[in-house]
Amino acid sequence: MSTPIYVQEVSLRDGMHAVRHRITPEDVKRIVIAADEAGVDAIEVAHGDGLTGGSVNYGPGSNSDWEWIEAAASVIKNARLTTLLLPGVGTIEDLRRAYDLGVRSVRVATHCTEADVSAQHIAAAREMGMDVSGFLMLNHMAPTEVVAQQAKLMESYGAHCVYITDSGGRLTMNDVRDRARAYRDVLNDETEIGIHAHENLSLSVANSVVAVENGVYRVDASLAGHGAGAGNCPIEAFIAVANLSDFKHNCDLFKLQDAADDIVRPLQDRPVRVDRETLTMGYAGVYSSFLRHAENASARYGVDTRDILMECGRRGLVGGQEDMIVDICLTKLAEREAADA
Amino acid sequence: MAKTQVAIIGSGNIGTDLMIKVMRTSQHLEMGAMVGIDPDSDGLARAAKFGFATTSDGVEGLIGLPEFDDIEIVFDATSAKAHVANAAALEPYGKRLIDLTPAAIGPYVIPAVNIDEHIDAPNVNMVTCGGQATIPIVAAIARVVPVAYGEIVASISSKSAGPGTRANIDEFTETTSGAIVTVGGARRGKAIIILNPAEPPLIMRDTVFALVDGGSRTLEELAAEITESVEKMVGDVAAYVPGYRLKQKVQVHPIPADQPVETLLASPDEARPTHQVSVFLEVEGAAHYLPAYAGNLDIMTSAALQMAERIAAAKEN
Repeated sequence: MSTPIYVQEVSLRDGMHAVRHRITPEDVKRIVIAADEAGVDAIEVAHGDGLTGGSVNYGPGSNSDWEWIEAAASVIKNARLTTLLLPGVGTIEDLRRAYDLGVRSVRVATHCTEADVSAQHIAAAREMGMDVSGFLMLNHMAPTEVVAQQAKLMESYGAHCVYITDSGGRLTMNDVRDRARAYRDVLNDETEIGIHAHENLSLSVANSVVAVENGVYRVDASLAGHGAGAGNCPIEAFIAVANLSDFKHNCDLFKLQDAADDIVRPLQDRPVRVDRETLTMGYAGVYSSFLRHAENASARYGVDTRDILMECGRRGLVGGQEDMIVDICLTKLAEREAADA
Repeated sequence: MAKTQVAIIGSGNIGTDLMIKVMRTSQHLEMGAMVGIDPDSDGLARAAKFGFATTSDGVEGLIGLPEFDDIEIVFDATSAKAHVANAAALEPYGKRLIDLTPAAIGPYVIPAVNIDEHIDAPNVNMVTCGGQATIPIVAAIARVVPVAYGEIVASISSKSAGPGTRANIDEFTETTSGAIVTVGGARRGKAIIILNPAEPPLIMRDTVFALVDGGSRTLEELAAEITESVEKMVGDVAAYVPGYRLKQKVQVHPIPADQPVETLLASPDEARPTHQVSVFLEVEGAAHYLPAYAGNLDIMTSAALQMAERIAAAKEN
């Protein structure tokens, strides 16, 4: 019996981290057209840190969210146009503007223990008539029972779907299985569950498959795995496995392969792959978007990128605390100077 | 001379911390009444134990207290929505209101920057905890060079964020962004707040980023002038928030040519700023109510207390 799934393409949101939020509206259109024609269910568009994430802390975008969303909306035909909102960064006002530009689905993201800050935003999105998901980030940082209860809270605010969001690419396959089952146990039958994987431990496809096998319906994936850290679940590889596993979807494997290799991969100015830096993120459980900021700070201050990332993990930093990367470098430099003196 | 009587509406974390500060550190003020809506709240229980008048019937309860006539200053530590109603209910009585919610009915006050500007305003707003911690720094930079864009990132421990704060995240970002411009002097402001659940709880951290026009100064001259101004301002804030400190040396760098900072500016047509300033702060609380990690609580209540002291002192003169 085939298992139905819902595939959301995230290279124009999570993938923004991989190119430091720099992409032309023309390239946005090319990717949207290709993903749409390849049959994905939804396409997410925003700065990597969500609506109005453009900032010094997270990196200014080459364009505003509105320019990117307008470009996407002008060519999208079948897929659902989606965006991301992080309470504390973007506001309901920003979401209204995205809605006015044609966005009809949103994910409201909080750290995995802070679901209650999303209540206003989820309710407002529901009032606008949007499809709404809760996005519990850095899911590995809290015990399974705790995140399941947070998922229940998001459901109570009105979320149609709640995600296991593995922002650090830190969950193993057993972890994903346990979390999917724990979400399923506490959520109402009609509430969907989603998986958002990262490739840092080279487990993104495997984790997404295990998730589906344990009741997850929505799967995040991106062309060429274009995303933060070692990237997201590569959509072409995932769809190949989905075909072999008899998952029911509407995607065309070869069209996705062409879009990944011909359009998306050439845009990357740093390879999106498992290497010593991105593997360290998965290993230390660090938010994947910290990668390029840590590499920049490493170049400026002469502190090893892996040392920075391990310290981020040790300090228990959460999504959004990119400012602490420079703080870590300056602290390490001061320690070095004190040791030399 | 008799001290000025105050009432506090809101018996949560902020109101209770403020009550303790009024009792322990104030020169010109004394507690008149503590007002809540939850008769079982810890704040009301403590107030009753200290012997202050209390009511759990909100602002109407306050107006009905026999002590109400003697109260001159009312602090509101509820929520933005509740403050609008409270301010309307108190309007006929001519009390001075100090608003610790992000409602922002009255003008913004950041004591180290503009405490004397609104000394006679019937209602003043204390912006947000993140704003109190960071806007002095934006202003310190803006008195040296034009600030095209000011951004603040406030990280607080989850434990120090009560239900009011959590239900008011958009008001936090909007109010703080507004005050970065009107009080800090930046042409555009952006505010970000992060809740971190780490154990042991992290001490409040605040980072200020400013994109500035360095003019004809060399990098060294610019860094020296900005550092001097920021360090002086840190001292001014620390005078009323002892746990406020500069965590790292002030960082000043030229903006890389490929950085698309124009998308952050108030208008895409304005001149491109030349330098980025980064200032890393830490705010350790005085542990009057919540433990020392809750610097966010401390800086807010300390700022509000400072404002009330100034109003009371002005009246005495």
